[in-house]
Amino acid sequence: MNIHEFQAKQLLARRGVAIPTGSDITTPEAAPAIAQQLFAAGAKRVVVKSQIHAGGRGKGTFTNGLQGGVKVCATTEEAVQRAQAMLGQVLVTKQTGPAGRRVNRLLIETALPIKKELYLAVLLDRVTSRPVIMASTEGGMDIEEVAAKTPEKIVKESVDPAVGLMPFQARRIAVALGLRGDLIAAAAKLLAGVYRTWLECDASLVEINPLCIVEGPDGKDIILALDAKAGLDDNALFRHKEILAMRDLAEESPLEVEASKFALNYIKLDGNIACLVNGAGLAMATMDIIKHYGGDPANFLDVGGGASVEQVTAAFKIIMKDPNVKAILVNIFGGIMDCNVIATGIVAAVKETGLKLPLVVRLEGNNVVAGKQTLANSGLTIISGDSMADAAQKVVKAIAG
Amino acid sequence: MSILVKPDTKVLVQGITGSFGARHAKLSLDYGTQIVAGVTPGKGGQLFEGKVPIFDTVAEAAQVTGATASAIFVPPAFAADAILEGVDAGLDLVVCITEGIPVNDMIKVKRAMEGRRTRLIGPNCPGIVTPGEGKDSHGGCRIGIAPGYIHKKGHIGVLSRSGTLTYEAVWQLTSKGVGQSTCVGIGGDPVNGTSHLDVIKLFNDDPDTHGIIMIGEIGGSAEEEAAAWIAEHCSKPVVGFIAGATAPPGRRMGHAGAIVSGGKGTAAAKIEAFRAAGISVAETPSVMAETLLKRM
Repeated sequence: MNIHEFQAKQLLARRGVAIPTGSDITTPEAAPAIAQQLFAAGAKRVVVKSQIHAGGRGKGTFTNGLQGGVKVCATTEEAVQRAQAMLGQVLVTKQTGPAGRRVNRLLIETALPIKKELYLAVLLDRVTSRPVIMASTEGGMDIEEVAAKTPEKIVKESVDPAVGLMPFQARRIAVALGLRGDLIAAAAKLLAGVYRTWLECDASLVEINPLCIVEGPDGKDIILALDAKAGLDDNALFRHKEILAMRDLAEESPLEVEASKFALNYIKLDGNIACLVNGAGLAMATMDIIKHYGGDPANFLDVGGGASVEQVTAAFKIIMKDPNVKAILVNIFGGIMDCNVIATGIVAAVKETGLKLPLVVRLEGNNVVAGKQTLANSGLTIISGDSMADAAQKVVKAIAG
Repeated sequence: MSILVKPDTKVLVQGITGSFGARHAKLSLDYGTQIVAGVTPGKGGQLFEGKVPIFDTVAEAAQVTGATASAIFVPPAFAADAILEGVDAGLDLVVCITEGIPVNDMIKVKRAMEGRRTRLIGPNCPGIVTPGEGKDSHGGCRIGIAPGYIHKKGHIGVLSRSGTLTYEAVWQLTSKGVGQSTCVGIGGDPVNGTSHLDVIKLFNDDPDTHGIIMIGEIGGSAEEEAAAWIAEHCSKPVVGFIAGATAPPGRRMGHAGAIVSGGKGTAAAKIEAFRAAGISVAETPSVMAETLLKRM
């Protein structure tokens, strides 16, 4: 699960990570009070930031022509005007795709003069099965690009889960980032807070980009998280009710939200051949074989290794809500499950939903002969596939013809 | 021979009284597997299916029955505890079927297992099958949730992160009359107990395994590590397949570990590593067995 920048900052601030002062708003009417408050507290400028689950907001464009999903403003009037122009509009960034995302919420913060932009992240290192801190002097940039072009500018510190991030490791990262004097201790404290956020919230990723050295109100340098991104481990949400409440359904595809209610793993893609498969690996492989034979998968859909009749029915309803779908491929390896039960479920689902699209079914496993017989006797025009390759070729052909 | 388990391996089941655990413990018994004990705290002294004794602790179950391997079916929130109880009891092998364990729990488990003798398979995996001699491979050792009857005793090792895709490969082999030495599902999570490479080494050392099907998927670099080792050390023909070539980057494809992030873990990179290591790549999942037979 992903959360918004303002929510990630809340989680970080609670663990001692310095963030700019500010507040989130959902209506333009709330903007003047926040902006006035920040200016009254000594802010020279404020920044208005669109809250969507996608990067590249600053360089994004609204579909109404307005440039920039993030804007620094010098007066309350300007900030309010900007908030009015952004709220409710659709922002397109390099990560949103051409459809963009509707901006339902803004974060208004004090903008401090930036002296240095750094990068910091905590994530799992799959090779060592341990958390790793990644930091770089190249803040504000796409870290994948930095890793590709100048890998020497990224420092990594592996954390022993038995003791957690040790202060000496945090200081070592600070020094590697070129920080000196009081900033070393300040950065070490911030790093400890970011690591704790990752650990205590069961995050899969906490990313601060940029992590900034800014000039504080008294002229002294401070280090703070100017931006923040957090992804949470879905498997751990059961023990984080407070974080679960941060879920923003408006940021998720409606069909994916619907699928999650039935414990179905559904991911919408751009193609026109829907697939319904039991098991994640087989589901991916089914998408791949459709592509191999010249088709284009419309979705990833795993109904679970067991595949119950209820799930198969729910899955049919979901894939049929995708208007791009022109044909359906069902691929079930009924290892323990009785294939005839699955076949009965497919027939019931097709009748219930009034499916008109070409349907290719490949069943294999337990009691498969009876299952195929049930499909053949159903009176429905179901195309039977003998192997994955046969089924994939038939479904691709069904669309072409 | 086989790897990890033999038909006479004594197995205990943690979570044997839950519906999932009970169902598969029963299927393993029917398959002829030596399920000698169950563990459910608070239910010690009862019998499962009227014959398998249930204990309150793993240590007691192992001591009394001589079980050396465990199958874990407990819910995700209690799985880390269950794994470490098996490790503490000094079992040879713990197979964790449970799906949905928090990554942080597995990070701790893996750290706590350092230097211990127990091998962990999984979590989020279909388990292990060493087929038996009987009809439909009856009499083998089945730990987990794989359908027993699709197997056939023989000489091909099958290794995969996924459940149904493993069954697909096994069934292709069996349908062609080719049997398996052992089939291992290592699980779809980003932190697991046993890697592709670990299993490849076991197959390489097993005189009864003559060829290997290795199935991988997007995410991480475990397949690349195994490929690098195979290029240098493996004396047996290996066929590989990678699922997820069409998966969009940044999205988790069902398995918690199946994600291309930061441009890493793509199917293209893994397939390239396989080819570079001399592994024959199955062009589609439909020809995994066929590709191996051609190679052999």
